[in-house]
Amino acid sequence: MRIKLLPENPNFGFLQKRVAFFIFSGLLVAASLGLFAVNSLNYGIDFTGGIMIEVKTDQPGQIGTMRKELKALNLGAVELQEFGAPNDILIRLQAQQGGEKANQAAVAAVKQALGDGMDYRRTELVGPKVSDELFWNGLYAVVSAIFAILVYIWFRFEWQFGLGAVVALTHDVITTIGVFALIQLEFNLSTVAAVLTIAGYSINDTVVVFDRVRENLRKYKTMPMDELLNQSANETLSRTVMTSLTTLLALVALYFLGGEIIRDFAFAMIWGVVIGTYSSVCLAVPLLLRFGIQRRSSDDEAVNQQP
Amino acid sequence: MLKIDTWKYAVVGMICALGFVFAAPNLLDKATADALPDFLPKSQISLGLDLQGGSHLLLEVEVGVVVKERLEALVDTIRTELRKERIRYSGLGAMSSGVNVTIQDPAQAQKAYDIIRQIDTGFQTRLADGGQITMELTQKSLQERRVSAVEQSIEIVRRRIDPKGIKEPTITRQGDDRILLQVPGEDDPEQLKKLLGQTAKLTFQLLDDRGSLADAMAGRVPPGSILLPSVDEFGLDGKPRLYLLKKRVAVSGDTLVSASLGFDEGNRPAVNFRLDAVGGKKFADITRKNLGKPFAIVLDGKVISAPTIQGIIAGGSGQITSGTFTTESARELSLLLSAGALPAPLTVLEERSVGPGLGADSVAAGKTASVVGLALVIVFMVIYYGRFGVFADVALLMNMVLIFAMLSVFGATLTLPGIAGIVLTVGMAVDANVLVFERIREELKTGRGVLSAVDAGYKRAFGTIMDANVTTLIAATLLFVFGSGPVQGFAVTLAVGIVSSMFTAIWVTRILVVTWLRRTRPATLKI
Repeated sequence: MRIKLLPENPNFGFLQKRVAFFIFSGLLVAASLGLFAVNSLNYGIDFTGGIMIEVKTDQPGQIGTMRKELKALNLGAVELQEFGAPNDILIRLQAQQGGEKANQAAVAAVKQALGDGMDYRRTELVGPKVSDELFWNGLYAVVSAIFAILVYIWFRFEWQFGLGAVVALTHDVITTIGVFALIQLEFNLSTVAAVLTIAGYSINDTVVVFDRVRENLRKYKTMPMDELLNQSANETLSRTVMTSLTTLLALVALYFLGGEIIRDFAFAMIWGVVIGTYSSVCLAVPLLLRFGIQRRSSDDEAVNQQP
Repeated sequence: MLKIDTWKYAVVGMICALGFVFAAPNLLDKATADALPDFLPKSQISLGLDLQGGSHLLLEVEVGVVVKERLEALVDTIRTELRKERIRYSGLGAMSSGVNVTIQDPAQAQKAYDIIRQIDTGFQTRLADGGQITMELTQKSLQERRVSAVEQSIEIVRRRIDPKGIKEPTITRQGDDRILLQVPGEDDPEQLKKLLGQTAKLTFQLLDDRGSLADAMAGRVPPGSILLPSVDEFGLDGKPRLYLLKKRVAVSGDTLVSASLGFDEGNRPAVNFRLDAVGGKKFADITRKNLGKPFAIVLDGKVISAPTIQGIIAGGSGQITSGTFTTESARELSLLLSAGALPAPLTVLEERSVGPGLGADSVAAGKTASVVGLALVIVFMVIYYGRFGVFADVALLMNMVLIFAMLSVFGATLTLPGIAGIVLTVGMAVDANVLVFERIREELKTGRGVLSAVDAGYKRAFGTIMDANVTTLIAATLLFVFGSGPVQGFAVTLAVGIVSSMFTAIWVTRILVVTWLRRTRPATLKI
């Protein structure tokens, strides 16, 4: 029982529809930036500082009384939510005024208020000094990853390829942030890891297509550029789709079975794989035409070596 | 194409065999693996705190306190020295990183300068016109102070957390003045913080019996004296009772060699202590000279008790009593005292703790997700590529074995995001094979023969595989550099997964494919 996902010789007009893709992506990016500006992100305590306590209660339905008890402590904004199960409750406290010592006191107060009858599954407390550093380190990581990838592709290909890849990549990162701003999923250290992995994955996809473009540039000396780019995208399409599917299969398993803590991470990755696949084929390749790639005379020698 | 050198077979076979050997200990439980004879590999992947439960505390050593103490000590010494030489001065005091004093008689300024300069060479001393002398802590000396304060704190933290050496805590220095403390299995960080919350600086000081307590409380504390609150005695207004003490430390807790839980004559809990030879002699001298006078035992700036000296205490052994000791608190104090005082207070910057229940749940969920993800990919590959899918699946399983082997050999820590990294690798690992297979398909379409198409497929896909994987490796490296804790765990498994997937996808499948082609010599190929 063999299946075919694509026609034997796919010939989609990615290049003809490039204006539509550019407009679509432009809108997506604009919407993401807009959402980010309006909604901001639901930053986790890694970046804001604060306290998070996960408890398991003996029986479900205690969230109401717990909320009342904790509100009475006057520790600022207190959020309680069920975490995967009705008797598994996640408590979040904002960073306390008065720095590290006040945070410590708040944790102690919460534990005292809730008593020893609970199973404290995890406690996380991030002070203001560390949350600042974590935030900046996350930003450095994303920015330097994009820069390093730009340099690598530039070095291996031509500047147009580097630029095309980075535009596609930035598109993926911005829209991922847009999705997080839209559904207000928690944005924390793991999310930054997810964003970086998306960057790596998206670029991986793009490089495969670019590689074929470079090869075809040597092979077909007279083919019009848009046709050549389109053919390259189509030739690699079945690989692009296959790899995305296998990765998605693994990620879907992670999303549904990997546990509550890892779910948001898996979600970000699933989004990233979908958008990364789209951007490699529909954005990065047409952009090469826009940036005006050239056939170089040095490619003539290369072509002679090809059998 | 069909000729693969024998040595290549040997190398690939060897690497795979080593993979099995080094991954194998993970199938055993810890005790069995430890009991293996030494010639067998027995290192297992260690689980991160988020998977086995435990506490993670990032502490900051308040180095500023050390500097401040040193400056205050310097001010005291300067005062004593200048008085001894009868040099009149004014404006003696500590600044942020130095000490200032103005000598009133310009004729004596040079002499004063020469004396002060000798006191502490860690300072840069300058004499300005008008008799003003400034001592500034040099950068080098400041740095030395910082380093030694942090090193010393690490040692004390270790002794306090793990006096019996059984908990296997990891205590590492981070940056300039931070300590990362990780204690597996301890899911109650309150317990740890209780042990680390006090510097536990113990001193014995005489009471200032000439000064008036009432005057001091009104703000006129005699020079050389200090007003300190009691730990457990309170006045009628609910405020702690105050004691007027001599600033000079009669005997310092540095000289303490051991402390243990004891009981006084009334059979109430107390702390027994023993001082070293130097401390013991000092203690004997002080008690001899001050018989019948009260003597304060001070812990972290608070008076525990101020008993009257009943007799000469020789031999360096003594007992600390207090009206409010419980067996528990006396034992805790004796533990803190024997571990030694922290050079400066510790602040908790970050705290993460995971209970054993959540850890076990995470491991179980991670296992399920990995197995199901793996199964889905395996089935999908067979459906899509048929026989070649099976080859790719064998490579994928080999890849898993190699990942576990490498993580075991490197002693890497597996975290929850690390498991996510493995699951993701399962999905991405087949990419190299997909690239090769798709390439072979294309080559077949151009009308090449089977062997030449397979050969060209492997050769031409190689460059693409390299380029594609190097970019992912770049992302993984940066994750490792900028990430912390669990995120680094993710970066490690991702990077290890990429490297091993390149090996298995290219070499393992190639050998499988070639062996199959040699056996059957098919005229046409269906991928």
